[in-house]
Amino acid sequence: MVSDKVLLEVKHLQKSFGDKTIFKDLSLTVRQGEVIVLVGPSGCGKSTFLRCLNGLEDYEHGEVFLDGKAIPGEQKSWYQVRQKIGMVFQSYDLFPHMTVLDNILLGPLKVQKRTKEEVLQQAQNLLERVGLWDRRNDYPSQLSGGQKQRIAIVRALCMNPEIMLFDEVTASLDPEMVREVLDVMLELAKAGMTMIIVTHEMNFAKAVADRVIFLDDGGIVEENTAEQFFTTPKTERAKKFLDIFNFKE
Amino acid sequence: MVARFLFEVMDYQFIVNSIPLYVKAMELTLILSFWGILFSIVLGCICAMVDYFKIPVLKTVVKVYVEISRNTPLLIQLFFLYYGLTQFGVRLEGETCAIIGLTFLGGSYMAEALRSGLDAVHKTQVESGLSIGLTNWQLMRYIILPQACAVAVPSFAANVIFLLKETSVVSAIALADLMFVAKDLIGMYYRTSEALLMLVVAYLIILLPISILFSYLEGRLRQHGLGSGNI
Repeated sequence: MVSDKVLLEVKHLQKSFGDKTIFKDLSLTVRQGEVIVLVGPSGCGKSTFLRCLNGLEDYEHGEVFLDGKAIPGEQKSWYQVRQKIGMVFQSYDLFPHMTVLDNILLGPLKVQKRTKEEVLQQAQNLLERVGLWDRRNDYPSQLSGGQKQRIAIVRALCMNPEIMLFDEVTASLDPEMVREVLDVMLELAKAGMTMIIVTHEMNFAKAVADRVIFLDDGGIVEENTAEQFFTTPKTERAKKFLDIFNFKE
Repeated sequence: MVARFLFEVMDYQFIVNSIPLYVKAMELTLILSFWGILFSIVLGCICAMVDYFKIPVLKTVVKVYVEISRNTPLLIQLFFLYYGLTQFGVRLEGETCAIIGLTFLGGSYMAEALRSGLDAVHKTQVESGLSIGLTNWQLMRYIILPQACAVAVPSFAANVIFLLKETSVVSAIALADLMFVAKDLIGMYYRTSEALLMLVVAYLIILLPISILFSYLEGRLRQHGLGSGNI
């Protein structure tokens, strides 16, 4: 499923908040159809890294290439790039004054200027896939957390992005709703969507990832296949981190 | 006591006869309020945007304007416009002075109402809009303003009612509004109770429907989880 074509390339990225360096000299190559899971302790810069890829955070040094083209740092150029890089957040952030369908149609109609018939058809297909077509005229306040998050995923997908970024999308959900969202993401992965996922759901990471990247102390500590990372991690720090998720008497 | 007041002291024929005068005065009150409130909203929006986007220099100008406007009485502002400006060779009509005065006063209140609404729109909503490629203008038009206005509705309603009531001051610059007519009738016929009763009734006729309309609107917004600040 993973092709040889490099879709996203990050070179020597550096980000600080004031005196505090979040990460430095961070480089990453993402191939088309690849699913990368970023794991690491809280505050290690996983979310900040994703936000840099979508222009929601500025960075001091480094370059980001999408489809082989460098993305210029200034804010103006991000409007174009964001149409190709979909992002889903922890707190869903559907627009509360719009119905489900209006939430989904806004970007494709106003940003991409596509025809309503075409977008509506796509929205219907996607909403049916996540089992929420019958909730299309509801407002976000009428939906559960899991339903909101599935809608947020559909909203991003309807822009036909080349890559999807997921920033701890199940962290705010009740346990019984986590599964319904993860299932949607698994299905997307199987369908060949390129994804970078930040998550604390280790079983899910194991199931979905082609590659796991363990971040800590402002850099990549370990980069490994999912199978190897979770069974035989190369570094002590990764072992220690994974031990947190194993309850031992 | 009350019965004697209602059935012996009150002159209902006088009240009926004065109705046309009050209707005419209501017209003037409504016209001044309409333009005053409309321009206040426009001015308020401009000021709130300057503040929200932190436009250099203009942001300070807006801050100074808001402080001056909110800390001086409308009566003083009207005297300045109507009498004070003639010293500099500027002679404005009473109606113009009233509308400018109401706009000057209302603009700052509307700006503050909208500003509180803009501040209530969560940062993640903005980021969510940006992540689907919206430009700053589209973000303001489709995401920020609708939510900010919903939060601002209660303050906005209070300001509309406040400005309508403030028009009672314009009689001081010889405009024949409701207050002017009431004072005129009291001065000419000494029918204080009748004139004041009609004044109260006239203001209620204007203000009650507006108040009910805004209450309904707030209720509708709350149904969708908007307007409570909990976006």
